[in-house]
Amino acid sequence: MRKNTTNRLLIAGAALVAITGSLFSCRTTGSQSGPISTDAATAVYVPPGSYDEFYAFMSGGFSGQVTVHGLPSGRLIKTVPVFSQHAENGYGYSEETKALLNTTFGFVPWDDSHHPELSQTNGVPDGRWLFINGNNTPRIARIDLTRFETEEIIQIPNSAGNHASPFITPNSEYVVASTRFSVPIPQKDISISEYKGNFKGTITFVKADSPGEMDIAFQILVPGYNYDLSHSGKGASYGWSFFTTYNTEEANTLLEVNASRNDKDFVAAVNWKRAEECVANGSAQTMPADYVHNYVDERRIAVSEEKSGVKVLNPADCSGLIYFLPTPKSPHGVDVDPSGEYIVAGGKLATVIPVHSFSKMIAAIESESFEGVVDGIPVLQYDAVLAGEVEDPGLGPLHTEFDGKGYAYTTAFISSEIVKWEIGTWKVVDRIPTYYSVGHLMIPGGDSQKPWGKYMVALNKITKDRYLPTGPELAHAAQLIDISGDKMRLLLDFPTMGEPHYAQGIEASVIKDKQVRMFSIQENTSPYAIKSEDEARVERDGNEVHVYMSTIRTHFVPDNIEGIRAGDKVYFHVTNLEQDWDVPHGFAVLGARTSELLVMPGETRTIVWKPQGPGVYPFYCTDFCSALHQEMQGYIRVGAEGSTRPLAFSTGN
Amino acid sequence: MHVFKTKYSVIRYFSFGPRVLFATAALCGLLVAQGCGNKDEPGPSPASASNRMDELTSEQLRNGIGPVTSVDLGEYNPDLANEGQELFKIKCSACHKIDQRYVGPALNDVLSRRTPAYVMNMILNPEEMVKRHPEAKKLLAEYAAPMANQHLTQEEARAIVEFLRNTNNNQSK
Repeated sequence: MRKNTTNRLLIAGAALVAITGSLFSCRTTGSQSGPISTDAATAVYVPPGSYDEFYAFMSGGFSGQVTVHGLPSGRLIKTVPVFSQHAENGYGYSEETKALLNTTFGFVPWDDSHHPELSQTNGVPDGRWLFINGNNTPRIARIDLTRFETEEIIQIPNSAGNHASPFITPNSEYVVASTRFSVPIPQKDISISEYKGNFKGTITFVKADSPGEMDIAFQILVPGYNYDLSHSGKGASYGWSFFTTYNTEEANTLLEVNASRNDKDFVAAVNWKRAEECVANGSAQTMPADYVHNYVDERRIAVSEEKSGVKVLNPADCSGLIYFLPTPKSPHGVDVDPSGEYIVAGGKLATVIPVHSFSKMIAAIESESFEGVVDGIPVLQYDAVLAGEVEDPGLGPLHTEFDGKGYAYTTAFISSEIVKWEIGTWKVVDRIPTYYSVGHLMIPGGDSQKPWGKYMVALNKITKDRYLPTGPELAHAAQLIDISGDKMRLLLDFPTMGEPHYAQGIEASVIKDKQVRMFSIQENTSPYAIKSEDEARVERDGNEVHVYMSTIRTHFVPDNIEGIRAGDKVYFHVTNLEQDWDVPHGFAVLGARTSELLVMPGETRTIVWKPQGPGVYPFYCTDFCSALHQEMQGYIRVGAEGSTRPLAFSTGN
Repeated sequence: MHVFKTKYSVIRYFSFGPRVLFATAALCGLLVAQGCGNKDEPGPSPASASNRMDELTSEQLRNGIGPVTSVDLGEYNPDLANEGQELFKIKCSACHKIDQRYVGPALNDVLSRRTPAYVMNMILNPEEMVKRHPEAKKLLAEYAAPMANQHLTQEEARAIVEFLRNTNNNQSK
């Protein structure tokens, strides 16, 4: 008995040595060739000091932000603030970033961000920008992927519930927006019970390919349905975009019952090339509509411009603009395969996944195989456009992505699984459970013309028992699944921020070598910048005081300031004189009711401080910057309101 | 002065900030040999660098470690010195004064203590200098704040040397 135990210990010890050895050995070329072992741990292990293979951009859902994870490790490597203020770096608090959150409703420091979308060239993610929608206050943001910073946000007028957004066209010509909630357009005071006929939807195309110049290209007025999701055509179907609808019943109450009566709703196929022609030939009407466009200018300061008037197309005035494809039943996702021929709709109450054929759709349009017309929009015959139906796809099919190898992967929310099926035969070939209630899924490039078909991420809505419990609210669960082989294989659970509603992924090499590491101090064109400590100063203008301050390891100039008065409005313009990577300095001051500032090397950021009473207030660097970081501090002396003490400032001596 | 072509600077040198330096310094103690670095990532290999202390050549001891091996100062060039003065103000003066010790040492006699090449290498390659060169190591121990890499070009570093020629006590011009 004892001997057996010893043997077992020896074996266990040998195994431990082997495992330890493999853990500490260098990750070599095997790491690039995919999960090579049957061991899931090996497949997701990225040794210390090594990089992940993919960037994954997760929407923050109700956090309003974007988080960036590495795949296959699942490690969280960045939070990019987009629609919500972010006290961690002063986004939405600093004078240079506040304007990004301006809307016609005023300053709106939160949104519900659902669908990140990478810019594309020739239908392939190119790693220039990431777009993401704001649902609640209809907006679209553009994030620059050399800096991982939000640089532009445009508001969508004539809209409510911007859910089917910002799905991009193959050369980033447009990102789209639409109304999940139909509303009176233009808005007016009207009884909700008069929904039918009075509430309308819009589909919006936003010019996207010119940084700082996003604008509403045109809107299309559509029936008062709920427009849910979208994807653009590509390849064969380039020039078209597809949108799902539900609530074709036009119910205005208890939608879970009243909007689920029709056997079929529609996929709306929009010919945006045709829309461009109609706009060019004057078929669009200009509607009064106010919206705000915010962008970071060449000084790295966000500015807002108020805009008015949009071009609106009525389908009746532009033949060939839009067609309805009957689709069972309350379809949610609409996804186009890499060739552009197949349009897959996830009918969340349907028992099959209908796949429409683009070429059959074109033939049906040419032969006018219509079963009716709604508000000037022809409804095509279901059988005339259908390529096939995937049977037994699981309960509640929602979203589909593609691996570029002939297979599609569809999430089934109710039965908590992902089914893999073959394009063309429409046969389910594999299925894998998810934990739990999967919504979107993401394969890097999986909604583009060139998927990187190696990993798939399931974005689950329900977490339950997957992590250590943390009170009533739990981090949403993402699950990494290996799709490199015939059988899907669960590799990893990892937690996410907010609701990771949808995601995009891209091979790391496309982005990682383009990263900006600092801003040149000589090229800093902020009017509040100082280029050297010689220029540091404090100036008074009535009750406004401007402190032009510098940081470098490891001091502020100035670090002793006197002559401030209670009731002053003090602007700290902090310029970081460092010219090296990974040396931001922070700035925080006692009594601030906003946030800190985090100032990147070579950059200038400004925060406003209003001292409330006399005293001496310390300020300090919040970002551990050097061995003498704890010495990086200063004091501001504040006198009573009306004090006549003159301004004075110094550093050293 | 210098011409910069882009509005935003896009500087992509490979070097590491102080946090990385501290972390790698700690790692050096732990790792016996070279660790699992990213093979495709250029940049200093701190773990191995620290072990090559005793391999410094007499040339490196004299002229420092970095891209500059020797400098022929030639005749004093006031235009270059003016350019150096302007650069010094923007990139260096937050830590160095000419006549007094500040965050770093006073520089009024630096050219009597160091060769021009040494000064340029300290400007251009401070991370490796403070890890490997015995004189730079001594200064790090004394001042605690490591010399920051302000990412000057070799030409800019040369201009600063010219400025220092003009300000040094033992004028070497």
